[in-house]
Amino acid sequence: MSTQPDRTTQPSLIEIGAVEIQEAVQMKLDNGIPVYTINSGFQDLIKVEFLFLNRSFDPANALLHSAANRMLSEGTAKHTAQQLADGVDYYGAFYETEENADYCTVNLYTLNKHLESTLPFLREMITEAVYPESELGIYKQNNKQRLMVENEKVGSVARRKFNEILFGNEHPYGYYSKPEDFDKLNRTVLQNYQKRQYVSNHCVIIVSGLINANTLELLNKNFGDKNWSGGTEAKFATSSMKYTGDKKQYIEKEDALQSAIRIGRRLFNRNHPDYPGMAVLNTVLGGYFGSRLMSNIREDKGYTYGIGSALVSMKQEGYFFISTEVGADVTVPALTEIYKEIDLLKKEPVQEEELSMVRNYMRGSFVKGLESAFHLADRFRSLHLHGLDYDYYQRYLEKVRTIQAEEIMDLANKYLDSSVFHELVVGRK
Amino acid sequence: MIDFKSHTLSNGLKVIVHEDHSTPLVNVNILYKVGARDEDPSKTGFAHLFEHLMFGGSVNIPDYDGPLQVAGGDNNAFTNNDITNYYETLPATNIETAFWLESDRMMSLAFTDKSLEVQRSVVIEEFKQRYLNQPYGDVWLLLRPLAYKVHPYQWATIGKEVAHIENATMDDVKEFFFRFYCPDNAIMTVAGNVNSENVFELAEKWFGEIKRKIAPRVPYKAEPVQTEARSLTVERDIPFDSIYMAYHCCSRLDPEFYAVDLLTDILSRGRSSRLYNSLLKEKKLFTEINAYQTSDFDKSLLIIEGKLVKGVSMEQAEAAIREEIKKVTDALVSDDELQKVKNKVESTIEFSEMDLSSRSLNLAFAEYMGDVNLVNTEIKLYQKVSREEIREQAAKIFKEQNCSTLYYLAKKK
Repeated sequence: MSTQPDRTTQPSLIEIGAVEIQEAVQMKLDNGIPVYTINSGFQDLIKVEFLFLNRSFDPANALLHSAANRMLSEGTAKHTAQQLADGVDYYGAFYETEENADYCTVNLYTLNKHLESTLPFLREMITEAVYPESELGIYKQNNKQRLMVENEKVGSVARRKFNEILFGNEHPYGYYSKPEDFDKLNRTVLQNYQKRQYVSNHCVIIVSGLINANTLELLNKNFGDKNWSGGTEAKFATSSMKYTGDKKQYIEKEDALQSAIRIGRRLFNRNHPDYPGMAVLNTVLGGYFGSRLMSNIREDKGYTYGIGSALVSMKQEGYFFISTEVGADVTVPALTEIYKEIDLLKKEPVQEEELSMVRNYMRGSFVKGLESAFHLADRFRSLHLHGLDYDYYQRYLEKVRTIQAEEIMDLANKYLDSSVFHELVVGRK
Repeated sequence: MIDFKSHTLSNGLKVIVHEDHSTPLVNVNILYKVGARDEDPSKTGFAHLFEHLMFGGSVNIPDYDGPLQVAGGDNNAFTNNDITNYYETLPATNIETAFWLESDRMMSLAFTDKSLEVQRSVVIEEFKQRYLNQPYGDVWLLLRPLAYKVHPYQWATIGKEVAHIENATMDDVKEFFFRFYCPDNAIMTVAGNVNSENVFELAEKWFGEIKRKIAPRVPYKAEPVQTEARSLTVERDIPFDSIYMAYHCCSRLDPEFYAVDLLTDILSRGRSSRLYNSLLKEKKLFTEINAYQTSDFDKSLLIIEGKLVKGVSMEQAEAAIREEIKKVTDALVSDDELQKVKNKVESTIEFSEMDLSSRSLNLAFAEYMGDVNLVNTEIKLYQKVSREEIREQAAKIFKEQNCSTLYYLAKKK
């Protein structure tokens, strides 16, 4: 090609057309455990996720769920922690757990050729964990120290403290854990909890990757029996959902070079009809690199390495927040600029050029979030937790495509009223 | 297994294409062969500061991010000691926007004072956020100059000190750009729903007219062999003591790299590893313990680092690490142990190939290492490593005079 390209005009664009999302296919093990499968990809590997919703919360023993889940691999009647680790590691497989206020998961990542050898270890850990006293001692000691290190970080303190301000210490969404909470962990309580919680009736399995003819058979062989049934559905504690904490809180850290700032409010979750619209509003304000907060506070003022906002959707409720770490000397001007940007959304409609950029960015980013079987499994889990079906994503995409500036302004006025915001600064002002 | 085709433009730009028609997206990755090791010792942190300036507008396009976002794309970049890497992912139908943006900023930047001023502040805030306002954040700022006396790896990518960033001038910026940012110093990979012939045509169209520069390279000063043990003790306002032991080892490009990599895996990869079981679980000396190598393009470091359990003395902790080192130096690892870490490498490679962006970066990285085929052949090099080679590397590396130790202590209150 010899023609000189036109470097001053952006090449023509084609909008992303209809987005097809590969849906999870439901199957069942012989004992009734639902298995959701996403068969996709080229690599001969698989992820098996065992999902257990949390069913209770006791503020006096707030670390119970996470300890019970994270210590499943610390020993059974038949194998020590090291033998279990060897069993999975030998086959090059990865074992991981995840814990949050809504659920705990146990995950196996393995090449398909080693699924048969590694699944039995997972079964043993999930149903026969014994929480040896010596391992529990190590767990307490090491996690306590880790938390004490976390407490030295302004960002980490702000993140945890802000949840407490929003939801309160009586609720799992808000509980602010303290180093001494680890001392309350007790072997008998853990064992009893394990027996109640890790039963087939509570288990959901999500499988993603290249699924073979024998995948289900292997799952059935290891998890499809009736020997681990039991348990009854208990209601999740929702007692403190009316909680409101301090409007403004300042935690001083004398020698801090930067202050961590969090501003936000409790809000609905994905189940609410206004959620997709708020997702667009959030993107405009602080949801991507070109957002208003980034453009103003980083790219114009240079106050921070990064600033963003997010909507968090949990099973019962959600929240909206803005978060950043700024130079301690510019903490006050940064706060002023943040509030200025929130006000602007309430007063002036977003211009079409900006809105169209946000629309395209969000669609592109959504498609990117469907990239691999694991991404698709995460999309499914999110629907499953909220009791939604795949129509939700089409509604979301449709809202992104059609939302108008007036609606964004209305949403800003409806949900971003400064009287409902909480503000937390950890550092120096 | 990653399929690819490659082509070199007459100006020296290497273009590698990986077709994957199962995705609607494309990833465009441009690796520039410049990193913190190319900096002047009195102007460190520059390669990284420069990375930020690459988003501040180019000669014909005032704003980089806007047009990419309009095209439904997303981007990022990173800098390390050896490379500066830029990448964007966008719908494959809009691929030409990526070529338009990347070729323009390879041609020349806008060099606005505002961009330099703002990005200096942003990078200083990054310096604070990641290195100064974090517990244990300055470890690498201390460890590097202890281990390297001559080679430019003695400073971190962020720079030796904030002042170097504060003092960066527009002349420095321009000089750096015109020396290192050119087609013959770059590798471009394009991965996704594309046709390789089309990509080569697009590359010719957008990058073909950019002049070759043949970047003059200042040879890096080789680090002399360390002949006596070094140590540094600092006190910081942190809750627990920690220890960092840095041993000189081979580079990412050396044939023995694979044995060294497996050696560190045996020591500390996962919960079945030696250091984890012996020092954290059995002896209860550490709350965290890790061993890894830095995988740099010049001679690298093998690091063993641990955070001590409250009440454990530094002498006790260090002696226990040395005991584990002695075991792997004296005796061969078992067949099972070696097979285990090889299996882990095999699955790690498979898992890393799920994402388009990793496949794209892996291709660029392999090409920079000297042979793009390495993306598919490295697994064989790992599989060939013997127990004897692991012991040989351990014996070579774990000598007391080859070690720089940083004792990072909690300030007595």
